[in-house]
Parts: sequence; C-alpha cells; structure tokens
Amino acid sequence: MINRSQAPAIKDAVDFEVLLKPYELFKLDNGIPVYVVRSEEQETVQLELVFPAGSWFESENLIASATNFLMKNGTSKHSALEINEMAEYYGAYLNRACFHENATYTLHCLTKHTPDLLPILQEVILDPVFPEEELSTFVQNMKQKLAVNLTKCEFVANRHIDKFLFGEFHPYGRVSNMLAYDALQTESLKAFYKKHYTYNNCKIFIAGNLPANIIPLLNQYFGSTKWNGEEHIIRPELPLLPAEEKKFRIFNDENGVQGAVRIARPFPNRYHPDFGKMLVLNTIFGGYFGSRLMNNIREEKGYTYGIHSQIYNFRQMSGINIQTEAGRDVCEATVAEVYKEMERMQKEEIPEEELSLVRNFMIGSILGDLDGAFHVIQRWKNLILNDLDENYFYNNIRIIKTITAAELQQLAQQYYNKEDFYELIVI
Amino acid sequence: MIHFNRFTLENGLRVIVHEDTTTPMAVVNVLYDVGARDENPAQTGFAHLFEHLMFGGSVNIPDYDEPLQMAGGENNAFTTNDLTNYYIELPAENLETAFWLESDRMLSLAFSEKSLEVQRKVVIEEFKEHYINKPYGDVMHKLRELSYTNHPYRWQTIGKELSHVENAQLDDVKNFFFRHYRPINAILAVAGKVTTEQVKALAEKWFGDIPAGEKYVRNLPVEPAQNAAKFLEIRAKVPLDALYKAYHIYPRNDQRYYAADLISDILSGGGSSRLHQVLVKEKKLFSHIDCAHFGSIDAGLLCIEGKLVKGVKMKDAEKGIQEELEKLQQNIIPERELQKVKNRVESMLAFEDMGLLSRANNLAFYELLGDAAFMNKEFENYERVTKEDIHREAQIIFNEKNSNTIHYYAGN
Repeated sequence: MINRSQAPAIKDAVDFEVLLKPYELFKLDNGIPVYVVRSEEQETVQLELVFPAGSWFESENLIASATNFLMKNGTSKHSALEINEMAEYYGAYLNRACFHENATYTLHCLTKHTPDLLPILQEVILDPVFPEEELSTFVQNMKQKLAVNLTKCEFVANRHIDKFLFGEFHPYGRVSNMLAYDALQTESLKAFYKKHYTYNNCKIFIAGNLPANIIPLLNQYFGSTKWNGEEHIIRPELPLLPAEEKKFRIFNDENGVQGAVRIARPFPNRYHPDFGKMLVLNTIFGGYFGSRLMNNIREEKGYTYGIHSQIYNFRQMSGINIQTEAGRDVCEATVAEVYKEMERMQKEEIPEEELSLVRNFMIGSILGDLDGAFHVIQRWKNLILNDLDENYFYNNIRIIKTITAAELQQLAQQYYNKEDFYELIVI
Repeated sequence: MIHFNRFTLENGLRVIVHEDTTTPMAVVNVLYDVGARDENPAQTGFAHLFEHLMFGGSVNIPDYDEPLQMAGGENNAFTTNDLTNYYIELPAENLETAFWLESDRMLSLAFSEKSLEVQRKVVIEEFKEHYINKPYGDVMHKLRELSYTNHPYRWQTIGKELSHVENAQLDDVKNFFFRHYRPINAILAVAGKVTTEQVKALAEKWFGDIPAGEKYVRNLPVEPAQNAAKFLEIRAKVPLDALYKAYHIYPRNDQRYYAADLISDILSGGGSSRLHQVLVKEKKLFSHIDCAHFGSIDAGLLCIEGKLVKGVKMKDAEKGIQEELEKLQQNIIPERELQKVKNRVESMLAFEDMGLLSRANNLAFYELLGDAAFMNKEFENYERVTKEDIHREAQIIFNEKNSNTIHYYAGN
C-alpha cells in the first residue's frame, strides 16, 4: 500500500539550472541587426520586425497605432485585400502591434513558405500608401468598438487608473477617444511612417526552423538598400503628471452587478535595484494562483472570480496595479481586504515555507517559459529592446533563489503603504 | 506526426504517453468524459462548478495547489459542453508529484462544505463577469436555447441560470463525482521529457488501485432535424445593433464536419475572407463580423455574428449576409480559395503542435473521440474535402429552414 498522505520527493528550484539559450547575431548589408534562435523540432518560423514607433513618439493621439495598423492595408502595388490574400494563401499570420515604445510586424508561417512570404512582408514595410478609404473604415469601426468597450466597467477602469498614475497627456496615461479618431489624417500617418519605419531603426528577431538561406533572403528583401532613409529618433523624457486625488468611485452603468476595482501606485522602472525583488514580492502578494490576494478574496471569501497584482513593464516608470472584478456589494470590502493584506506583508515576515514555494513556482514557471525557440527569442527581445543583456536575466534568477523574508518585508514597508495608492471602483 | 504509446490499466484508465526529449518539462493531462451535456436540465452548470471543487482538497491531500507550486508546477482546467479537462505543467524531474495529486483526487475528494460554499460564490461571480455584466453577454445563451429544442447543448457550461449554481448541494457533488470521475471514464495523457516505462510504473503505482467505477453510458436526447426557420428579437442597453445567425452542422466524427469547418474559414478566416471583405470593407454594413462553430462532439452550430454600422438597417445587413451565403450555394468556389483555407488549417495545426501542453490536451481529446491516432490523420480529413463538398454542404447548412436568427437591438 502506498502512503498517499506523503508527497513524493521533489527536486528543489534552487537546484535547477536555468539557462537562456544564446542567440546568433547577423548584420544585413545595410546594418540591420538580425537576432536568431534556431530549433529543428517543428516546421515553423516566427519573424518579427521592430521599430521605435510606439505611442511615445506621436505628436497626436492614436497616430502611432493607426500608422502601424494601416501599413498592411494597401501598398502602391496591392490593395489590402490582395495583401491579405497573398499572406493567407500560404496559411501565414501577418500581425502587427503597437506598444508604448515600439511597434512591430510579425510573420508566423511554415518554414517551406518563408521565401514566398518575404516579398509580401517587404511590401508592407517598405511601400504602404495609406488609402483614404482604409483610414475612414478604420476610424468608423474603431469608434464602434470603443462605444461597446466603454460600456464595460473593466475597460473604463483600466483607462482611468493609468491616467491617474501617469497623467492624461503622457503616453502611458493617454487613452483613445472618438474625437482623436475623427482627427486622424492620412498625411500625418504617412509622415509618422516615413520617420519611424526606416532601415536604421529596424531590428529583426527570428526563431524556429529556418530555411538554410534565411540571411541571404533577408538581405535581398530588407538589407540591400537604405530604405526610407536614415532618421535618428530622439526619445524625449516626458513629464509625468499623476492625479492629485487618490480615491475615485465612478458609476458607468447603474444596473451593473459587478464593479471593477483597481488599486495602483507608480513604481520605479526595471533599471532600479528594487525591481527584480519586487517581482518576487508581487508574486507572493497577487501574482499567482496561490497568492495572498487569491487565497483571501477568492478562495476564502468568494468575492471574485479572480484577483491579480501586476508590475507594469513600462520603460520610463513602472507601476503596481491590483485588479479585480468583484460583486457590486462587496467592492468596498474587497478594497479593505487588499489593504489588510498589504499591512500583513508589512508587519509579518513571510513564512519560510511560503517563500520557498514561491521560489520554486517562479523558477518552474520560467523553465516552462523558456521551452522552445519562440519563447527564447521573446526573452531576448525584451532584454535587447531595453538595452539589457543576459546578466539582467541571471540576476533576476539569483534574486528569486536567494532573496530573504526580511528583505521582502522591508520592501513591503517601503512600497505597500496605503496612502501611496490610487484607489478606483467603476460600477 | 505526433508519436505516442498507449496502454490501459486494469481498472480501465486509458494512458497515452508522448515522449519529447527536447523539453525540460512534463505535462500531465487528465480528461474526464463528462461535460455540461451530461447535466440534469434542472441542475445546469454542475460539471463546471464541479471543476472548481476539484481544487478544494482531496481525500489524503488537504491542499492541491501548494504541493504542486512547491514542485515548480502550474495547473488549470476547463469544462466544455462535452468534457472536463485538467492539466499540470511542471519540471519533468518532479513528474511524480503530478501523479500523486491527480490520482488522489481521482480516488476521492474531501467533499468540504466550506469549499462548496465558496466556489458557488466564485462561480456566480464568474457568471456575472462573463455573461451578465457584459454587453451582449446573454446572446450565446439565447442562441443555444433558440436553436436546440431537445439536446442539452441548449445551455452553456456556466449554466442556464444563477439559481442552479446557488442550489447545488453536497450530496449532488458526491453523486456526480462517483458517477463520472472514475478511471473507466478518464483518459490520462503524459507528455514531455518522460519515458513510457517510467509513466507505466507511475501510473500503476498511483492510479492502479483506484476502483474502476461503472462505465458511464451516455444516452442524450436527440435533436430532431430543424424544419422551420426560428427567430428572436432582443432589445437591450447596448450601443450597437447586432445580428446573429446559427445553423445546425455535424457531429465531430462525421466527415461532413470538415467541410463545415472549411466553410467557416471561407466566410471569416482572416482579412481576405468573404464576410469581412464584402460586408465590412466593401459594403460597410458591419463594423465587425465573424463566423465560427462550436467544434462540439455532438452536432454543433455554425454561428455568424456581426455588429451593424450605425445607421444600417437590420434587414439590409441580413440581406448582405444572405447574399454571401447564396453565392456559396450557387457557385463552386475557386480551387485557389479552397487551397487557401486548407493551407490555413495545415499551418494552424502545425502551430498548435508546437506546444507541449496542446499536444497532451489533443492526444487525450482524440482518444476520447475514439483513437489518439486520429490526431495525425486530421489534416488528411481536411484534404479530402472537395469544392463540390463545399457547394453541397453550403446548400444544406444554409437552407433557411435550418437557420436561427437573433436581431439584437440597441435601446431599452
């Protein structure tokens, strides 16, 4: 008979060697860096082009995201439909995304189709024309989508909380609105495109099972000319304008049965020595299923389906944001419990067992995240785009393995003070 | 090609092993052959509520999550109308922890009153978050009720109404467990840096002595063929008018399912698909339109849903959809368009197979469908579909008599 009350022996997290597989670096003829992580297991490829073309650099609201979105909707040779047809014929996914700092175009495809897809990608990046009609359809549909989203308490709450933290004119706090959509002009999109999507601002990240001639292919399509000329992007430091008031209650829907709760404060960015440590404290507090917040507010009280705390990965200034959707009648009680849990983190040292559980959980989770070339290139991309290297990664691993309960308590005393937090409920 | 080995324990537990030496991780996936379709119509939402209770402690292990997190693992679960699936991903060195945890909760739960009480509340908040406090949140529920007269796909996994979840009793929980959560009704898939020998030994050790239980024989009400169009109008406080149409399609194991799946891609798979191109881009009747199907094991629904551009009349929007469906009924699609949607499937399957977790989930799912080896034949099933199949199935599926329509109007 086996003893089922006895857990099997486990290998401890501190004994796992976490290795970040190195990348290969190539330079195209025009100098574009290409970061490569290869794998042989599957017949798939991921290719991402990154430009400093995020909302940080826009002079009018929404220009960066609209430019990024509409590059794919028409070139001098092909309409939006033709571009989509060409890419989709090969079963490829051609996605774009726009963030605060960067904007990207990503191609996912089968290895065998890569050579057929690069010309399409090249066209989208080098030759978009921003047709008027595409812009007006985009504006109309985005406004409709916004109208629907504005009826959701969590959407409204997310907009407000970032505005409180960073100020409504700062790219981190600025949000979309109907007027800004209406104000979009193809001329401004074209100008933004010309300035930010240039060869000297481009970085390429590629992973998977690559065709043998991938570098010559990339040279052919992206490396042979100084496309769009040379532009030196200056990244200005922008002033933060956090709200003066700290406590907000907003009624968005008088019949709402839930409220969106947000409790947030600014926090130093990833270059600050406390950042890596805070990732551990945050995990304990509200960053995984067994967190203090989940245990108390979901598993003990049943106020919510889920409650999470996150640390923003923004470059200039980060933030701690605790978020949940809770029953309308228990929103205030939820807020009170969050502060109680903060206070407990300040007053009591985290028991060794809980700390060691979180160390193991975090290391296990990183191991899983590093599984496969697509995940590995993602890690490298985040490091490289933030001017960091593997030392940063290994330092964070070391912090997870060695940080003490006393250090964490001190961190809680410094950063979990109720009076520093913005508090918002949107019903 | 996904390689696997397969064996069955004496108590009927089916075990599938997928060895992958390239990863440091392992996945343990347990699928139970029970979903919302197996619920009593007066106690809907039970299979899903039960999934929550599976984390409330088992007979010998008071806390499920803690020891797993200690072993560097993560877990989650999902319930569909057809099945309930639990999975763990953890460093392969700690594989045995997953066997210990999963086998103990298959042996028996702790059946704690407190856990039931809390999880009832949690599920009610989940219900509110996704289905009540969201614009258009009630529509899938209404569409199912409109489309199915008999089959338990009439309700969603979350349940028909809050009161069903509120009224769940501990005795119901126990009965449900011993009826469905037995080795004979379960499939275990283990994937990653493991060997078949190792999995065999661990499976015998931890699951071998659990009583087999009785094979659950499914005997669900059969949905009769629909022979008249059905229609519903809703008015709600939402900003935009919306249009929903649902058509009965085929069971998962029917070859015609693949034609129906490709039809949904022709209509709305990507930016070059027909509904998006014609109705959003050219005619500007909708700001968003989508066509998807349930992928359910019993005969499911193919649904078209669109949000109308402000100022467009419902009847014009509906006519726009109708014209696109008629094109499929009247004309054979171009060879290149069929090839496009097949290429899309090929690529989608390849990307799905990249994830260890997805491989384990799928092996268990295909074994439930009848044979894990079906997973490797899936693309052939799509390749067999011809232009003529698409033409014929479009005529059958989009027959007006097979349609269920909701006009969802903005306003009070």
